[in-house]
Amino acid sequence: MNIGLTHYLVLSVLLFGIGLYGTLSRRHAIVVLMCIELMLNAANLMLVAFSRYVFSHGGQAIVIFSLVVAAAEASVGLAIIISFYRQRKNIDIKDIDLLKW
Amino acid sequence: MGMNIAFWVLAATATAGALMVVSMRSLFRAALGLILCFLSIAGLFITLTAEYLGIVQILIYVGAIAVLIIMSIVLTRDIEHSNVPSPYKLPAVLGALSFIGVAIWAILNTKWDNSTGMAFLPISPKTLHTESIGQMLFGQDSLVLAVEIAALLILVAVIGAISVAKEK
Repeated sequence: MNIGLTHYLVLSVLLFGIGLYGTLSRRHAIVVLMCIELMLNAANLMLVAFSRYVFSHGGQAIVIFSLVVAAAEASVGLAIIISFYRQRKNIDIKDIDLLKW
Repeated sequence: MGMNIAFWVLAATATAGALMVVSMRSLFRAALGLILCFLSIAGLFITLTAEYLGIVQILIYVGAIAVLIIMSIVLTRDIEHSNVPSPYKLPAVLGALSFIGVAIWAILNTKWDNSTGMAFLPISPKTLHTESIGQMLFGQDSLVLAVEIAALLILVAVIGAISVAKEK
């Protein structure tokens, strides 16, 4: 059986689902950030698969912008985590409630 | 045939890396699983004839983001072994499983129009994918404004990250 669009889509849904599970169920902030990166990567894989099988190169151009946004998100997110760690010596998701009222 | 083997091997390593991220107790091993997953996805990009994106994936994700994540793990070292699940483990499992089920059902029940993709373009030096991505980003009637906005976004994000993480 030849590899087609469906294989890539199912694989990317699996990766996204694992990332979703990790994001919802982990308490360590860095692990949550890593799972968000995983979900972004799954979305990129899906875009590239569509650009290979259904559309033309537009999908690959969008993936480049998605990479830029992922890099910005990772740098700002990790900076916030480091700054929070300096204040509280802890990066449990449950304790990050500075904006709660 | 070779493509089939490459797909299955890369898909298995990508899924194994993703499972390592959510299951390892040690944060450092979770980060290594994330790197394994990124590298496999770069390989999958190459099997999809997106070789430029595969190389960019290795440079940015494996080279930059993974190093950032490992640096933050090292900087917060005394809580390294706290990769424990929260009390919401069961709802998370149910949510992720129902998402996977619905999405796979939708994928299998959609009739994809495979007529206009690159799969049927002849592969010749004139249809280099990198060149046509460059034309799409910088050529005429292109996305060059979006490229400039993305550059501004990453500049602002990096300056913001420096000012947030700076010692007060």
